[in-house]
Amino acid sequence: MANELQKVFTRSPLLGTDTHSLCPGCGEPTAIRVLMENVEEMEERENAICVLGIGCYTAFASLMEVDCQQAMHGRAPAQATGVKRVLPDRLVFTLQGDGDMVTEGIQEIIHAAARGEKITAICLNNATFGETGGHMTATSVVGQKSKSTLDGRDPDVHGHPIRLPEMLRDLDGVAYVARGTVHTPVGAKKTKKLLRAALETQRRGLGFSLVEILTMCPTGWFVPTADGPRFQEENILPVFGVGELKRPAEL
Amino acid sequence: MAKSIGTVDILVDSCKGCELCIPVCPPKVLVMSKAVNAIGFRYPELRDGCTGCELCAEICPDYCFEVFRGRAAEAGEVSA
Amino acid sequence: MTNPTRAFLEGGHALAEAAIQAGCRFYCGYPMTPSTEVLEYMARRMPEVGGVCVNVEAELEGINMVWGATGAGVRSMIASTTNGMALMQESLSEMVVGRIPAVIVNMGRGQGDYFMCTRGGGHGSNRCIVLAPWTAQEAVGTAYRAFYLAEKWRHPVMIFGDFILSHTSETVTFGAPADATGPLPEKDWATDGARGRAPRLLTSLGMKIPEAPDGTPLPDGQTRTDVTAPMRMAVRRHEAIAAEEVRVESEGLDDAELVVTAFGVPARFARYAAKLAREDGMKIGFVRPYTLVPFPEGRFREVAARGVPIAVFENNAGQMVQDVRLAVEGRTPVHFIGGISMDSSGFGVGPEIDALHILQRLREVYAARSAA
Ligand SMILES: Cc1ncc(C[n+]2csc(CCOP(=O)(O)OP(=O)(O)O)c2C)c(N)n1
Ligand code: SF4
Ligand code: SF4
Ligand code: SF4
Ligand SMILES: [Mg+2]
Repeated sequence: MANELQKVFTRSPLLGTDTHSLCPGCGEPTAIRVLMENVEEMEERENAICVLGIGCYTAFASLMEVDCQQAMHGRAPAQATGVKRVLPDRLVFTLQGDGDMVTEGIQEIIHAAARGEKITAICLNNATFGETGGHMTATSVVGQKSKSTLDGRDPDVHGHPIRLPEMLRDLDGVAYVARGTVHTPVGAKKTKKLLRAALETQRRGLGFSLVEILTMCPTGWFVPTADGPRFQEENILPVFGVGELKRPAEL
Repeated sequence: MAKSIGTVDILVDSCKGCELCIPVCPPKVLVMSKAVNAIGFRYPELRDGCTGCELCAEICPDYCFEVFRGRAAEAGEVSA
Repeated sequence: MTNPTRAFLEGGHALAEAAIQAGCRFYCGYPMTPSTEVLEYMARRMPEVGGVCVNVEAELEGINMVWGATGAGVRSMIASTTNGMALMQESLSEMVVGRIPAVIVNMGRGQGDYFMCTRGGGHGSNRCIVLAPWTAQEAVGTAYRAFYLAEKWRHPVMIFGDFILSHTSETVTFGAPADATGPLPEKDWATDGARGRAPRLLTSLGMKIPEAPDGTPLPDGQTRTDVTAPMRMAVRRHEAIAAEEVRVESEGLDDAELVVTAFGVPARFARYAAKLAREDGMKIGFVRPYTLVPFPEGRFREVAARGVPIAVFENNAGQMVQDVRLAVEGRTPVHFIGGISMDSSGFGVGPEIDALHILQRLREVYAARSAA
């Protein structure tokens, strides 16, 4: 005879109840799930303001059960700065992609970090412009095929991928930087902890925090959905190492 | 130690058939259906032996899983 | 410093003080003459009133900070100049669609930004409300009115001045003009944290639209996604604003045989030239659009209906003249008598910003009228 079974996992109420329109096998919904689970567990639902950039994740604005602002492509860190400066006691975070944050909006994120804005910037890095159908971004890896790098990214022609967290780490305004991955269940759990630390950094007013989350984009990588995790391990993870890059002593 | 036992509710009509949940299930009790759901995708079906480990729920991009867990009673133990 | 009620200030400083007294609590800017003065004033004054002033790293960033702060429910303003305004255009266009009631000041180098300010500069069919004060005192009133109109319509408002407005000191009295007081709609859109209420989404992309394409509310709190819906809603708003908010000043139209029109500070020179012309026996009337958007088309149509020609003076290569021509639809001749006139630095007064120069141009047009 078994004891009563307890419900141990259910969809966070902060993710609403509707289905979303992102592709099969996309990593972004998982990253957003662990983010919103944190907001819920930190009891910040009524305090949270999310500023979304432009990419596939933007569609989540209509699911997320917290206040949201949508920004122009690349501009979310500036917009979040405006929010946080006038409402310093709120939990303000951005939700952006690699195309949005690293390609179109790198100036915005660098300055927000350097100013030490007490916001949390979240980059869903799938090394591609997913929304436009799979084009090279500033984080596409060498050799990666896309609709604008047909024979693969060639450093001589297309340059090298940018590791933004590593770039920002040395700025004095930056308190917490980490990179996670959600291509495995364990990765998702660890990423949740990284996001928690970043949000906690903000909550304690310690400075700017950023988490880059490696997400799968089978559509923009042109692989079957079930091959997403393998593609990520073979191509993305060797270039983008996961873990904490900077952590405030106070945490 | 009592063995972990569990089950999952699968929201079949939210499933997009990506198959990410299939390899992550340690006891391999999820198998893809032959039939398709309302939006045309094959979906996972649960066989006996779920441990309630939540790994399927951790990987599913479409929030299709609700997970339930408990412990199998030891021999001789009387369930409440 | 307590709030001054009367002061002798440069126009840029006067406008900044008025914005603060109107409740502006977030300001950001990037230095560029002649809007730098607003930033300098705000950097000193904002902390005194518990507000925020950010010296931004680019105008592009600045406009989006203002978007965020306004979206959080706080009165916010940015001032810039010409090139800086050009950098803001994507966001400005989208703030019309997304209904972000921010105040944007363009202290231009001359008036060459008329097209950029009135056409929305950026993408889409979007226009901000555009106000063009001609004195420091009017700039003060305009600051209050800009915030008032922005929140009344939930629509961005632009104030378009120039280096003469910004740099000329005049005595000003603070206080909201009568047409900029009164109850405003509750900010039931502000994203300031969903405290005891349902979450809100501030977007320009037509997510969570609560109405059907014909404008009727959807049943049971349902919503839909339609990227074009907010664009169409903006068009309806433009029409309503045009019907209600036109402000224009005119003089001597009853017997006028020629009308001179100008906006902003150059209009002071044009008005004086018209006065001198009357002393010379020329019957010249004067029209000054204060709202550039909505444009006072009706006033020009009235002039055209009487067959009176119009001379347009502006400190650019001829931009507002196009709106005047569109308004009169060929019913009367429209002459351009302005031109680009700055000193060699690009932000000082040039030789054609001069009543006697304008008088001479008016004489030519007036004589041509008799000849015709
Ligand atoms: C200024 C501007 N340029 C281009 C686009 C088109 N665009 C929309 S989404 C997108 C890609 C977004 O990439 P990313 O942020 O990596 O998000 P993903 O779709 O990969 O999730 C682009 C280029 C835009 N909306 N605005
Ligand atoms: S294109 Fe890529 S990022 Fe966008 S929804 Fe599809 S899988 Fe996700
Ligand atoms: S909870 Fe664990 S054991 Fe059960 S189906 Fe999911 S992955 Fe398999
Ligand atoms: S991971 Fe989710 S969406 Fe993908 S097949 Fe399994 S249940 Fe369906
Ligand atoms: Mg991307």
